[in-house]
Amino acid sequence: MKKHLKWIYASFIYLFLYAPILILIIYSFNDSRYRGTWNGFTLKWYVQLFQDRQIMNALYYTMAVAVLSSLIATVLGTAGAIGIHHMKKIKKTVVMNLTYLPVVSPDIVTGLSLMILFIFSQVRLGFGSMLLAHITFNTPYVILSVLPKLKQLDKHLYEAALDLGATPAYAFQKVILPEIMPGIITGMLLAFTLSVDDFVISFFTTGSGVSTLSITVYSMARRGINPKINALSTLMFLTVLTLLIIVNKRMSKETTNHHDPSRV
Amino acid sequence: MKKKWISYPYIIWMILFIIVPLILVLFYSITVRTEDGIIFTLKHYKRFMEPVYLSVLFRSIYLALICTALCLVLGYPMAMILNGRNIKRRNILILLFVIPMWMNFLLRTYAWMTLLERRGLINTFLNMLGFPSMNLLYNNGAVVLGMVYNFLPFMVLPIYSVLNKIDRSVIEAAEDLGANAFTVFRKVIFPLSLPGVISGITMVFMPAVTTFVISRLLGGGQFTLIGNLIEQQFLLVGDWNFGSAISMIMMVIILLSMGIMSKYDQEHEGGGLW
Amino acid sequence: MKRRMVLPVMTLLLILAVVTMSSCGKKDQVVLNVYNWGDYIDESVIPLFEKVYGIKVHYDTFSTNEDMYVKIKSGGGNYDVLFPSDYTIKRMINEGMLAKLNIDNIPNYKYIADRFRNLAYDPENEYSVPYMWGTLGILYNTTMVKEPVTSWKILWDQKYSKQILMLDSQRDSIGITLKMLGYSMNTRNPQELQAAKEALIKQKPLVLAYVGDDVKDKMIAGEAALAVVWSGDAVFMQWENEDLAYVVPEEGSNLWFDAMVIPATSKHQKEAELFINFMCDPEIAFKNTDYIGYSTPHTEAYKMLDPELANDKTAYPDETDLVNCEVFDDLSDFIAEYDRIWTEVKAY
Repeated sequence: MKKHLKWIYASFIYLFLYAPILILIIYSFNDSRYRGTWNGFTLKWYVQLFQDRQIMNALYYTMAVAVLSSLIATVLGTAGAIGIHHMKKIKKTVVMNLTYLPVVSPDIVTGLSLMILFIFSQVRLGFGSMLLAHITFNTPYVILSVLPKLKQLDKHLYEAALDLGATPAYAFQKVILPEIMPGIITGMLLAFTLSVDDFVISFFTTGSGVSTLSITVYSMARRGINPKINALSTLMFLTVLTLLIIVNKRMSKETTNHHDPSRV
Repeated sequence: MKKKWISYPYIIWMILFIIVPLILVLFYSITVRTEDGIIFTLKHYKRFMEPVYLSVLFRSIYLALICTALCLVLGYPMAMILNGRNIKRRNILILLFVIPMWMNFLLRTYAWMTLLERRGLINTFLNMLGFPSMNLLYNNGAVVLGMVYNFLPFMVLPIYSVLNKIDRSVIEAAEDLGANAFTVFRKVIFPLSLPGVISGITMVFMPAVTTFVISRLLGGGQFTLIGNLIEQQFLLVGDWNFGSAISMIMMVIILLSMGIMSKYDQEHEGGGLW
Repeated sequence: MKRRMVLPVMTLLLILAVVTMSSCGKKDQVVLNVYNWGDYIDESVIPLFEKVYGIKVHYDTFSTNEDMYVKIKSGGGNYDVLFPSDYTIKRMINEGMLAKLNIDNIPNYKYIADRFRNLAYDPENEYSVPYMWGTLGILYNTTMVKEPVTSWKILWDQKYSKQILMLDSQRDSIGITLKMLGYSMNTRNPQELQAAKEALIKQKPLVLAYVGDDVKDKMIAGEAALAVVWSGDAVFMQWENEDLAYVVPEEGSNLWFDAMVIPATSKHQKEAELFINFMCDPEIAFKNTDYIGYSTPHTEAYKMLDPELANDKTAYPDETDLVNCEVFDDLSDFIAEYDRIWTEVKAY
């Protein structure tokens, strides 16, 4: 009974998450430019999508900035979190409050202040400046994801490893890293998500010739978002899903053998 | 573990890209440009104290609070389910939680409109079952729904990652001592997961205060929210000084309230179970 | 301890350096940076221009005049051709942000119809070449609105409570309210603005939603009876849903233009003028008009249009219907008053 309840609840949540995605996929096959009517099935948006140089360019930059910024933010943030975790109380409070700033401040404030900073310090606006901005607003999310795992960490574990003759680097790699890994991965996923979805900050920190998908989509809004974007989203979604299934098939053999019993 | 240097790159980064811009915003918020040059003033802060602006701020905080509470109530059980003992392919399920967020935000929100409209899919479905249409769009409910939709992963993931490594034996020990499921949750699981909960609340509440596009689209733009107000100052009016002052006030209020909450967190840690 | 610090700091500096360096491009070929609204050009035109003139084009898009203005004003974009709207052009002229065009380099300017020259935002035609134009009006669903629509006042009619879609744009919404009251859209008179504010507050309970771009989907789907929309979009919506009708109310309305300009900071003015001239070539102008569907100020492109569209009064109204229409002026600092009114309308 309890198990059924769990499944029903989980299905409900996933339905909630995927209902809009399903809708936007369906509308990628709509012959009308608008969401308001259904004029029949078509694949023309898919054809047009591949002829659209601008969207393809934007896709490239979106992926590049999301992958790079989430990776760099993960390294920077994990290291930062470990340092913050060991700080004294006052210093920790100060650093944490500053870390919260990019999370609290409205996108427009972050975007404009970074743009002014870049212009003032003569960093040419373009891919590089946009990457810097993305790392800046991603890193706090990594820190916020990793810190709870550090709090959870058994303080004696690391010392025990050192007592047993491990070098600090080895102890870190073999004892701490695996323990905080779920937090690191969570942080990276959230960072990637934020980066893909950001419009305002990207808009103000990028330069000519470098555009992301978000910028393209928002700028289309006045004329109505072209269903080419729905088509692109559908393809992206299917790609990720296919990758997941492949990885899953490979892993399922291993996971059935090693089952970790120490979980809630 | 004295590896303070490990955080130095982040600290440097923070100084360059967080503190310097902050000083810039602070500077804008306390100055005004006149013909004689730049003059320091607090008038922007004073201006914000008018009831019009305060009501905008309170409405934003109120909506963000509801959204955060709902995310927690909906997300915590989900995080527990994802941690379930018999769940295979846990990583896949976790990934499936964030993938919807990789689709463009505007498209997702427009899709919600398709679902919620007067002649939208949900109402069509209701009519088919013989129920009358409901007004689902353009009210606070729709705004909160949209916010919860966009922020839920930011609550579930950190809680999940903390629950992930709670020692099973602690729970079993409590069960052996006769605690029922609810007591185990209240006395053992929840306190242990608190750091994750706090992170989740932070990552949902803080950005939720300043979002306004959801309210504009799903709420029918009936009310100005603080993020909206700030954007108008910067883009439409060109009053960067007032815009900066509003964001400074908002940041201070949010950080203070978060500070109070984290104190609670630390007390728990101190009086902890370990 | 100190030596350990060196490594992470060096890594960080290296990232910064690489990032800054990588943003410097090659400089052998002239690159023209064009900044336009999204989906506001026939995409095939750009490669054509590149092929004919051997100039590479970086084509970027923005979503609002204000976004674009703030970016250019702060020095955040080295663009050579922009496509702002009327009031933004005026503002940019006033602030010295635009370069004077050398009209000799734009011979195709001769195709721009006389009525679209010497407009209020650029009276001497020194800075801009019009690209698209249109009106603001009421789109209504004839199955829900049986009476003839002639006035903005219908948006204040109790009968249509919760069936009205207003624009979530302060300048436009306050503007039509002023028009309804018989004032100018560009007024700076506090009493007139006060009256507009009260009217808007009175109207608020009747409004289903203050919408932006989503108005198109809503009206096509028949979600509301009346909406304030731009003429260019109205043409499309009428194609998708035959029940829809568009009218420019008799009190007058907003006449808008998007035009091509060159920012004063451009380093390639000659090439930019070449681009503008190319956009005014009859074939190219037709291509763009055909793709976008908005009204063109280009005489030759107009002649090439499908007669059905060319005779569509929504897209190409008679000049007599536009006598009361105004072009937005740049309100400069006074825009703060408009913002305040809008905030007060929407605060409670």
